[in-house]
Order: sequence, then C-alpha cells, then structure tokens
Amino acid sequence: MNLILLAEKLDLTVRCGADSLDREVSGGYSGDLLSHVMANSRKDDVWITCQSHQNIVAVSALKEHAGIILVLGKEPDKDTLEKASLEGIPLLVTELSGFEAAGRIYSLLHP
Amino acid sequence: MSREYEFSFPVVGENFDDAGKASVEIKRLLKELGITGDILRRTAIATYESEVNIISYAWYGTINIRVTDDNILVNILDSGPGITDIEQAMVQGYSTANDRIREMGFGAGMGLFNIKNCSDGFEILSEPNKGTLIKILIKR
Repeated sequence: MNLILLAEKLDLTVRCGADSLDREVSGGYSGDLLSHVMANSRKDDVWITCQSHQNIVAVSALKEHAGIILVLGKEPDKDTLEKASLEGIPLLVTELSGFEAAGRIYSLLHP
Repeated sequence: MSREYEFSFPVVGENFDDAGKASVEIKRLLKELGITGDILRRTAIATYESEVNIISYAWYGTINIRVTDDNILVNILDSGPGITDIEQAMVQGYSTANDRIREMGFGAGMGLFNIKNCSDGFEILSEPNKGTLIKILIKR
C-alpha cells in the first residue's frame, strides 16, 4: 500500500513531500522517543509521532521511512517542513491519536 | 588491491538544530562506497546516537570514520564533562539528560546501549572534565 492510499483512507493532510507519496509503506512505528525509533523502526515504515520539531527529519532520513504522520493535530515547525521538503520525506498530519492512527494503519496493512 | 577511506565530521555541543546532519552525510558517503543493508543500518544508528550524545552532553567533538575492506571503524572523540560511571551510563534507560533534551524526544537513556548493540567491537574511555572517546568496529 502506498502513502496516497493511506492518506485517503485515514483522511490525512499532506504538509510536504507530495512528490513522494507513491512510495510503498511496508509497516509502521509509533513513538516519540527518538532513540527507540532509531533502534526499532524499519526502512519503508510510516512513523507515527507527536514530535513536530526538526530533529524528526534526520531520524526519518536515516531510517529511510516512507513518511511521517504527526498525530493529535500537531503541525510541523517551519524548520521541520523545510528540512523534510529538502530530504523529500512526506509529512502528513491528522487529528487522530497515535493509538487510533496506528490501529487503522495496521488494519489496512494486515487486512 | 585494498582501499581505505577516511572521513571526519565535527559536531558542536548544544547545536540541536543540526542534530543528525553529520550522520545523514556519513550514511550518504557509506552508500557511495557500496555499503548497504544491515551494515549500513547499524553504522547509521551508531553514528546518529554518537552525534546526539556530543550535542546533548559535550562542548564539541569529532566523528571519525575509517572504512577498510573488512571493517568500518568509528572513533568519536569529544571534549566535555566525561562520564564518571561508565557502567551505569551503559544501562538501558539511565540518562542524565535535562528536561529540555527530553522534551525533544532525546535522553531516553538508550544511546550508548544502541551504539554497543549495533557494534561488533565497542570500547569507551572517559576522563571527567576532559572528555570521552568511543571506539566502534563494525565488520563488513
């Protein structure tokens, strides 16, 4: 499943990286502690977090995530948007909680 | 013919705005050298955690990478307060990070543990009020 379909199903709003939305999502990781995300998330995961500062971009770039979903209505900082655009990492936002976003994405990936 | 490559990246303490910048660059260079998969993944985690440690705790530091035919050797040397109790610092979840660092999602007390976990060889030397040297070996 790619990010376009995921965004459609969960009604996510794209904040940047619209060019990279055709990227396949193979799994997901939910968390706000950057070291845990570094250690446990995988390539092509979608990362669900409420961290909106610019440091999330380097983590996502290093782990080669398919994209980042900011939950609970969090908006990316200006620096976050700039860096994510530069790295070509899709940033999407939703009012959903991390629990609900993760649950729904899991169901879509594992029907 | 054996070939060796060496890179060095300076990292400035407190510069959270650029956290991860050196590691992203290191990963790009390693990819160009044909390093992929699990070796690349482990090196990226180890250098990222090292970079964040310098930014969070030291005044400044350097990440040195040497790539040989058989190994990736990473030396991280910082000038900083050093680590008084290395054994305790290695414990998962133990952290001396302040609230500001924690609010950003750092300071989970996983850094050194993650570095060691990703390495085939790991050594840490530290002197209080001088700094810390971490030596990492990752087999190719």
